[in-house]
Parts: sequence; structure tokens; C-alpha cells
Amino acid sequence: MESVLQLTNVTKSYRGKKALDNVSFTLSPGKIIGLLGSNGSGKSTIMKLAAGLIQPASGTVTIGGQLVGRETRAVTSFMPDQPLTESWMRVENAIQYYNDFFTDFDAAKANEMLTFMKLNKTDRISTLSKGMNERLQLTLTLSRNAKLYLLDEPIGGVDPVARAKILDAIVNYYNEESSMLVSTHLVHDIERIFDEVIFIREGKIVLQDEVENIRITHGKSIDEMFKGVFGE
Amino acid sequence: MSIEFDNNMPIYIQIMNYIKKEIVIGNLKAGDKIPAVRELALELQINPNTVQRTFQELERDGIVETKRGLGRYVTSEESKIMEIKKEMAGDLLGRFIQGMQELGFANNDIVTIVAQAVNEEDKE
Repeated sequence: MESVLQLTNVTKSYRGKKALDNVSFTLSPGKIIGLLGSNGSGKSTIMKLAAGLIQPASGTVTIGGQLVGRETRAVTSFMPDQPLTESWMRVENAIQYYNDFFTDFDAAKANEMLTFMKLNKTDRISTLSKGMNERLQLTLTLSRNAKLYLLDEPIGGVDPVARAKILDAIVNYYNEESSMLVSTHLVHDIERIFDEVIFIREGKIVLQDEVENIRITHGKSIDEMFKGVFGE
Repeated sequence: MSIEFDNNMPIYIQIMNYIKKEIVIGNLKAGDKIPAVRELALELQINPNTVQRTFQELERDGIVETKRGLGRYVTSEESKIMEIKKEMAGDLLGRFIQGMQELGFANNDIVTIVAQAVNEEDKE
């Protein structure tokens, strides 16, 4: 099967410090993959590489067999940990902005998701709570008909209610022909929506496996496995 | 439908057990339609592929059947349902007997204790 995202021997440094050290992995289509690691482990660097925002120092990053660039950016929907929307915007402006900017934006899906997320079109983004803002960012990201979705810390810093709603939306609205890479350090709440997980520590991949396989082989939850690998 | 999941165990096995139990106690009857993958995934807040796997395993065990274009249904074979019931009872008994043996009871003592407990239950 064709891989959606492939990293081959990727190295990236910031100010002489290696953020990624010879990283290789492949994501196959139709899966939700968790990219798990503590802060500073290299998760966001992988997200930015896949989104085509930065280039590797060495190695290659391909999406659907193509080197990351203008063409791959058109089929990749990225939800950064910092919102792309401007604070003067209302929710409807943000939708319009995405609709103008991305040819694969599905306005009907966006409207349906806004209702599901209980977001009002006329609300100002500056008045939204952190949880509501995350819901909006997720709506914008998932309303594109992309091949690859990249969600960087989608549940970071939101309360359990908003978190549950965000997980519901991911399960409900993700498209089965595409793949989704979700970075997080909050494993417990989210592990049931993953097909596979990748553990990253100090810029190196330490494990990639199917979640059910980990439970069968180790008799452990992904959260416990995570704590075992990353615990002091 | 609601399940308290234990993340230490494969999720698909927990859903399989839950559905089997629903069939055995009669909440799901022979020939009943079962929910669609996406619907159940959303309800349980889990990955749709996990639900898909659950249904595939249940199909392989002959517990559910796919009718082309109509969805999935609980098997209409009553004998299959009896079989699941026996299998679940067997699991419970196995665990019980093992637990009693670990407490140091001999097999004939276990039988006596169970007989007494059942009698007590009847009187109440």
C-alpha cells in the first residue's frame, strides 16, 4: 500500500542541538496515529516538516511519494499549536478566510461541524475560551478534504469537557481515505482513538506499533507504556 | 451502549465481550441489526478501525452476519447463542475454580461450598 507520509533518515538541528536524529517512519492510509513524546522531544519539528514549513538538514520527507513542497502542502491540513486566525475575526470570517485560501475547503462540512461544536458564527475569536478556540481550529483543519491531517497538541490545555468534544469530532469527521497524525503528551484521554502510536524521545523514534498490539503483547495501556518509556 | 474500558486490555476484545453479553442476556436478540461502525465508534469514543476489527472477529466467530447493503445482524442461529452462553459460563467457572484452588480448597470441597451457597440463595 502507498504510504501517506514517509520520513527517511531525517535529521534537523536548531542552534547545533539535534531536534531530530536520523528519524525514519511511514504512515499508511486510513489511520489515526499518535505521535507521543514529552516536551522538546521533537514532535512539533516532525509536524512542521510534514507541513512543509521547515526543511530537513538531511534525509527526505515525502507525502504520497512526493517530496514535501508546494504540491504536498495543498493536500496537507495542519493544525498548529498556535492558531492561524486573527483575533479581530469572527468565526464566520475565519471560515471565509479558510474557504478563500484552500481550494479543498468544504464549507458545508465546516457549517455542520460548527453546529456539532456549538460554535456561533458571529462570535468574535478574541472572546472565545481556550477550549472553544481549539474547537474552531479543529473545525477549520478537518473541513479541508486533505490526504494528511496534522494536529499538533489538539487537546493541550483544554478542560475535560472540551477535550471529549474534540475527540468526538476527530472520530466523527476524519476521512477514512486519509491519515491523521496527532501529537500529544496527554496519552490517557486520547489513546482509544489511535490505530498506531509512535514514541519519540530526544529526537529519536523509540517505538512504533499498533495500539492493540501493545496491549496484547505487554498487557499495558498506552499511557502506562508511555510512562514506562519516558518516566524518570 | 456504554462500556467502562480497561485500557490495559485490547479494546476490540472488550467490545466483543460486551456484545456477546448483550446477546446472551437478550438485550440483542437473534436477527437484530447491530449499529454501524461509525455510529458505535462515536458512541464509545473510540477509533472506527477498532470497531471494524470487532465486527470482523464477531463475523469470523459466526456471531454476526453481514447482509449485503443492509448492514450487520446478530446471527439467527439460536444454537450459536447457546454456544456463546456456555463459553461465557465456562470462563466464569474457570476463574472461580482457579481462585478457590489458590485459596487451598480441594475440588470436592468446592462442590460442597457451591451447593451450600446455591441452597442459601434459594431460601432467601
